[in-house]
Amino acid sequence: MPEVIWVYAEVVEGKITATTLEMLAKAAEVGKAEAVLLGPAPDDAPETLARYGASKVYRSADPVYRDYLTLPAAATVAGLIEKHKPAVMLFASSYAGRDLAANLSARFDCGAITDVGDFQLKDGSVEATIPALGASYLNTATLVSEGTKLLLVRPKSFEPKINEQPLAVEEVEAPADQALRAIRVKERVAVKREGPQLEGAKVIVSGGRGLRGEENFAMLKELADLLGGAVGATRAAVDAGWVPYAMQIGQTGKTVKPEVYIACGISGAVQHLSGMKTSKTIISINKDPEAPIFQYSDFGVVGDVFKVVPQLIEEIKKRKGR
Amino acid sequence: MNIAVCGKVIPASTVTIEIDPTTKRMVRKGVAHELDPAAASALEEGLRLAEKHGGAVVLYTMGIQDATIGIRSALAMGAASAVHILDDAVAGSDTLATAKLLAAAIKKQPFDLVLCATESSDSYSGIVPGQIAYFLGIPALTFAREIAVDGSKLVIKRQSESGYDVVESTLPALVTTTSGINEPRYPQLKGIMAAKKKEIKVYTAADLGFSADQVGEKGAREKVLSIGRPPKRQAGKIVTDEGEGGKQIADFLAEIKVL
Ligand SMILES: Cc1cc2nc3c(=O)[nH]c(=O)nc-3n(C[C@H](O)[C@H](O)[C@H](O)COP(=O)(O)OP(=O)(O)OC[C@H]3O[C@@H](n4cnc5c(N)ncnc54)[C@H](O)[C@@H]3O)c2cc1C
Ligand SMILES: Nc1ncnc2c1ncn2[C@@H]1O[C@H](COP(=O)(O)O)[C@@H](O)[C@H]1O
Repeated sequence: MPEVIWVYAEVVEGKITATTLEMLAKAAEVGKAEAVLLGPAPDDAPETLARYGASKVYRSADPVYRDYLTLPAAATVAGLIEKHKPAVMLFASSYAGRDLAANLSARFDCGAITDVGDFQLKDGSVEATIPALGASYLNTATLVSEGTKLLLVRPKSFEPKINEQPLAVEEVEAPADQALRAIRVKERVAVKREGPQLEGAKVIVSGGRGLRGEENFAMLKELADLLGGAVGATRAAVDAGWVPYAMQIGQTGKTVKPEVYIACGISGAVQHLSGMKTSKTIISINKDPEAPIFQYSDFGVVGDVFKVVPQLIEEIKKRKGR
Repeated sequence: MNIAVCGKVIPASTVTIEIDPTTKRMVRKGVAHELDPAAASALEEGLRLAEKHGGAVVLYTMGIQDATIGIRSALAMGAASAVHILDDAVAGSDTLATAKLLAAAIKKQPFDLVLCATESSDSYSGIVPGQIAYFLGIPALTFAREIAVDGSKLVIKRQSESGYDVVESTLPALVTTTSGINEPRYPQLKGIMAAKKKEIKVYTAADLGFSADQVGEKGAREKVLSIGRPPKRQAGKIVTDEGEGGKQIADFLAEIKVL
């Protein structure tokens, strides 16, 4: 019998997240994939999970999971794990995923492996591959505890695959315990984002501290628009307040995998690299010939972004006959 | 308000961290150490809350003897005292054992608020804080970009995929801080002098009620099996801009059929 692998499914902005579908693809490849989906979600969410490989969906639409963080979901998942004992449970390295895995790993005294880029099952034990230290290492690790193995998975580690399963939904009951309502969400504030999103962009033009200020991101926006892409940034640019956090790429930001990544005034710190180094083609512009980013670039220009980027923009316009 | 800040002391940012192929652990001995900048942010947040609402901040760290340098800078920033979990037996602890030991140390004194950084800058598992909260039996409010305390009520702005959420709970609670939540202060001479007189309590695993095989490598649930290096990306072409750099990139984009 194939081992049962659970995926904690997440909904963000009314959609099942990409990482959920990626994890389902891997789970279905290694064993029998099942999903746990808690809280309000679009009506067709269970169908979506089944279409991407979930042969069963444990489901409660109770708003308690949306309005109170971590504790209700942890109680429900813990109950389900005790009852069904899946071999592995996968969580995304997301806000909710991390909080849940931390709670469950302590509750079951079983630990968890974080930052997982891939995994296999060998005679019931799990072998996870971890790109450690900003992916300068590629290590493997296992969990020696009994019971369900908890893994936190990096986004973009797997390709989502359509893998139609008959829809099987098992309703689960939400906990009524008031003590689980300790962390209340009072309000959700969406910060306005302009232009195409990083997720799914084929081309990303990204800026770092070398851009010197907020106003210079306009130049990157123009270049991205010409290439039909989106604009990203390093944490240095985000922490300086030049661009919103939603644009941050790297270990503590988004993981992206575009066809083309153009790094402008970015040094190539490991924490940035870990969020973009699997891009198909990397182009970089940096005035320092020793900048580490060049070691990861397919094409690099040692030069001033304020000269190279405007010329590139002009050149593209010329070639496009604009 | 009694505030406990958990902060790691890690190899300085100038050090390229290596993994020892025999112990399969990060090389920590014999390299320069500093208070993790992420922990400095959590500490700064604690100091500001204590300045505003009264109370004292205690820094908790688990680490080798070399961590003392980071503990001193935390005390110089303004922490009232520190607790150092120092024991050869805890070397190689996984996240779970680390969280158990820290929680046991924190429990020894009254506390209202525990602050952690969302993740440490060297191992960045990000799950130690949630585990500590579980062992302390308090809620964990994570990814805070702003923290406000009003009596026994705690409100944070929590980073989210689309912006931020306003999240609240009652104290005692644990909060994790994101980078950029503040600009940590630099220790001043006066603080550095004062730090010399502040107490650093040292605990072993046994002091905290753990036997040597419950912690460290022996007690770890997570075992590293192998250490490897990812395949190197094939080196690309690097040119120096001599007035044609932008055009050369356009040529390259045309070559890979993006233009
Ligand atoms: C726990 C942790 C998590 C982190 N997470 C992230 C993350 O998610 N994402 C992230 O990006 N970082 C992250 N960081 C920060 C990371 O370590 C680096 O500090 C950051 O990526 C540096 O950004 P940068 O390349 O823009 O700045 P710098 O490193 O300062 O580099 C700026 C570059 O611009 C070049 N430059 C300057 N002027 C010009 C010019 N006129 N023309 C051309 N080039 C120029 C310089 O030569 C330099 O190489 C994290 C750090 C820690 C400790
Ligand atoms: N050895 C340690 N000593 C003190 N605090 C720690 C230690 N390890 C983890 N922490 C706390 O947990 C946070 C997250 O760490 P990590 O789970 O390693 O990413 C850190 O920022 C600290 O607040």
